[in-house]
Amino acid sequence: MTATLDGATNTAIPLAKALNQALRDAMGADERVVVFGEDVGVLGGVFRVTDGLTREFGENRCFDTPLAEAGIMGTAIGMAMYGFRPVVEMQFDAFSYPALEQIFSHLAKMRNRTRGQLPLPVVVRVPYGGGIGGVEHHSDSSEGYFVATPGLHVVTPATVSDAYTLLRAAIESDDPVIFMEPKRLYWSKDTIDALAASGSAAGSGTGPVTGQATGQRIGQAAVRRQGTDATLIAYGPTVQTALEAAEAGAAEGYDLEVVDLRSLVPFDDATVTASVRKTGRAVVIHEAVGFGGTGAEIAARVSERCFHWLQAPVRRVTGFDIPYPPPKLERHHLPSVDRILDAVASLQWEDR
Amino acid sequence: MTVLATPDKTGSGFPLGFDTILDPSPLQYLDEHGALSGALRDDALELEPKELLATWRAMVIGRRFDVQATTMVRQGRLAVYPSSFGQEACEIGAILALRPTDWFFPTYRDCVSMVTRGIDPVQTLTLLRGDWHCGYDPQQWRTAPQTTPLATQGPHAAGLALAAKLAGDDTVALAFCGDGGTSEGDFHEALNFAAVYQAPAIFFVQNNQYAISVPLAKQTHAAALAHKAVGYGMAGVRVDGNDVIAVRHVVAEAAERARRGQGPTLIEAVTYRMQAHTNADDASRYRDESEVEYWKVRDPLARLETYLRAAGLLTDEAVAEANQAAEDLAAEMRARLGEEPEVDHRELFAHVYAEPTPQLLEQAAALQAELDAEQLDADQVDSAQSDAESEAGR
Repeated sequence: MTATLDGATNTAIPLAKALNQALRDAMGADERVVVFGEDVGVLGGVFRVTDGLTREFGENRCFDTPLAEAGIMGTAIGMAMYGFRPVVEMQFDAFSYPALEQIFSHLAKMRNRTRGQLPLPVVVRVPYGGGIGGVEHHSDSSEGYFVATPGLHVVTPATVSDAYTLLRAAIESDDPVIFMEPKRLYWSKDTIDALAASGSAAGSGTGPVTGQATGQRIGQAAVRRQGTDATLIAYGPTVQTALEAAEAGAAEGYDLEVVDLRSLVPFDDATVTASVRKTGRAVVIHEAVGFGGTGAEIAARVSERCFHWLQAPVRRVTGFDIPYPPPKLERHHLPSVDRILDAVASLQWEDR
Repeated sequence: MTVLATPDKTGSGFPLGFDTILDPSPLQYLDEHGALSGALRDDALELEPKELLATWRAMVIGRRFDVQATTMVRQGRLAVYPSSFGQEACEIGAILALRPTDWFFPTYRDCVSMVTRGIDPVQTLTLLRGDWHCGYDPQQWRTAPQTTPLATQGPHAAGLALAAKLAGDDTVALAFCGDGGTSEGDFHEALNFAAVYQAPAIFFVQNNQYAISVPLAKQTHAAALAHKAVGYGMAGVRVDGNDVIAVRHVVAEAAERARRGQGPTLIEAVTYRMQAHTNADDASRYRDESEVEYWKVRDPLARLETYLRAAGLLTDEAVAEANQAAEDLAAEMRARLGEEPEVDHRELFAHVYAEPTPQLLEQAAALQAELDAEQLDADQVDSAQSDAESEAGR
């Protein structure tokens, strides 16, 4: 890819703005793209991710819906059946649950049900995760439900560049994509970097879905920090925590590699496996519950594929197996730098 | 020929009229004896004799399809078949009132409507035969895959209708559901979305009085399901669901309203599920045979036939021709469904995504290796057996 890449910016913008730009550019590039959900019209969404889209493209392209998530999802499915490419917003993670039947029973299965004759190019944007002081139902990490449902792609950006390029790729995908937005990163600023957007920061995996506009592949992890001693595997909101832990770990003598998964489905086994075979140790990090969580699957895959290279069992640093805590207690629940470094320290370093 | 009346003209702004739906007696043209109903109103609807005969013929064929499918479950050729015997006026009247360019959304009980649309009978029964989940191309037939989760197809119809409206097309979307389905949240959300966006949608409720074993009185306390339309600000009508002329008329009128940009319509068609829920169900556990007898004399096919005979429109030749067409269809079903369907294990992985994920490719290869090993074992057993046989024969 060259500097003519869509979306590259010279000034730092918040992640929410990068998403907004991706929507705007996708709507400009393809009139089949429509955006709808609760408060996404005039207001521009409660996180302002759809800011200005109704003004720019009109009410037929970006519109408010009744307050009903199953209805939003079902409407998106019907519109996709007719050739549109809907991008819908679930206002908060836990408010997507009324839509789960539509997602599980229809969105994920229609292509398979019809032997490929009725694909559903729908993007479901889900602001997720904690760390913003949200009261109950505003901080869930619901990715595990989607990851366990064949037929869905599940992606989550951790950087401003990825927010842009992954959303463009998701909208271009002919399969349904659950686009998990780490809401505590909405205000984190960076440039949309043409280099990062082109995928050159990515690992060795090859994803099946390539965005035409940006060259971004869905299904490709990125090595965010090179290291030799252990691999920290993270995604979405915990990538930044992992990078901070790696910095702190350097002071303690650990040279830590950080893999940002970016896509949970398809999963980039190649990049993860290559990293762990190199380092011989792995810690998987996410906010969601550990038991039955996505990290359990990742740890199992790493163990199966890297057993003879591993110097220690794969460890997980996750949220506790509890309902998401109230804001005054959430700091105990969320994976922290200290907790990650404690896990790293437990990885059987006796032979060093 | 002028035989029929339109429903009311109340000036309420709703051609199907609030007074129609607040009066829970269903709109009817033919009474249970096949005579013109006393409910006839002033304005007349013209249906050509040719149309009436085509409708009757489709009902003869649809019923034969249904009976044959039920038989084939008993023979083990279908996994299950939810019969719509006695609901042909709904299944056929609604479809014949639509244009081929309109979409419709069938449930598991709507195979007869799919055959009426022209879908191949074996492709229609793919789901219930069990060789795949849907056997026809939905885009080609403008027919969504049958849905089993209740009322979930309602929001799809609302969305497709909205899409057609935004695209500037005059396409209408009709969603079937049953009385039980009206209790689902998705039913509510579908009607509300369609009304808010004034989408060209028709929600056609076949109120057949039962959701498996649960009677209508346990689904709703409302005097009529059609009354729900009032709450959404949409037109609604209650129609005799065993009167195919009435059904055709209300669906045609709802479709025309939708095409004129006047939004969605809720139709409640009052009918009866003559058979058990499926072959696996025992209706004697929850309803009395006398109830079935009451509905038998209200049979939609017999009713139309009586009327056509009395009007001098139905000839013995036409009856013979329709019966022959129905028997031909049944014979074709017996022949084609009698054979074991061809299935391909590679399809398990082929359609999940546009391109299989690396993980699915691995799993497909693993299954292939398993099957190859099984085949190798089977070949070895065969070869050992033939060795033993030739040994014994020596």
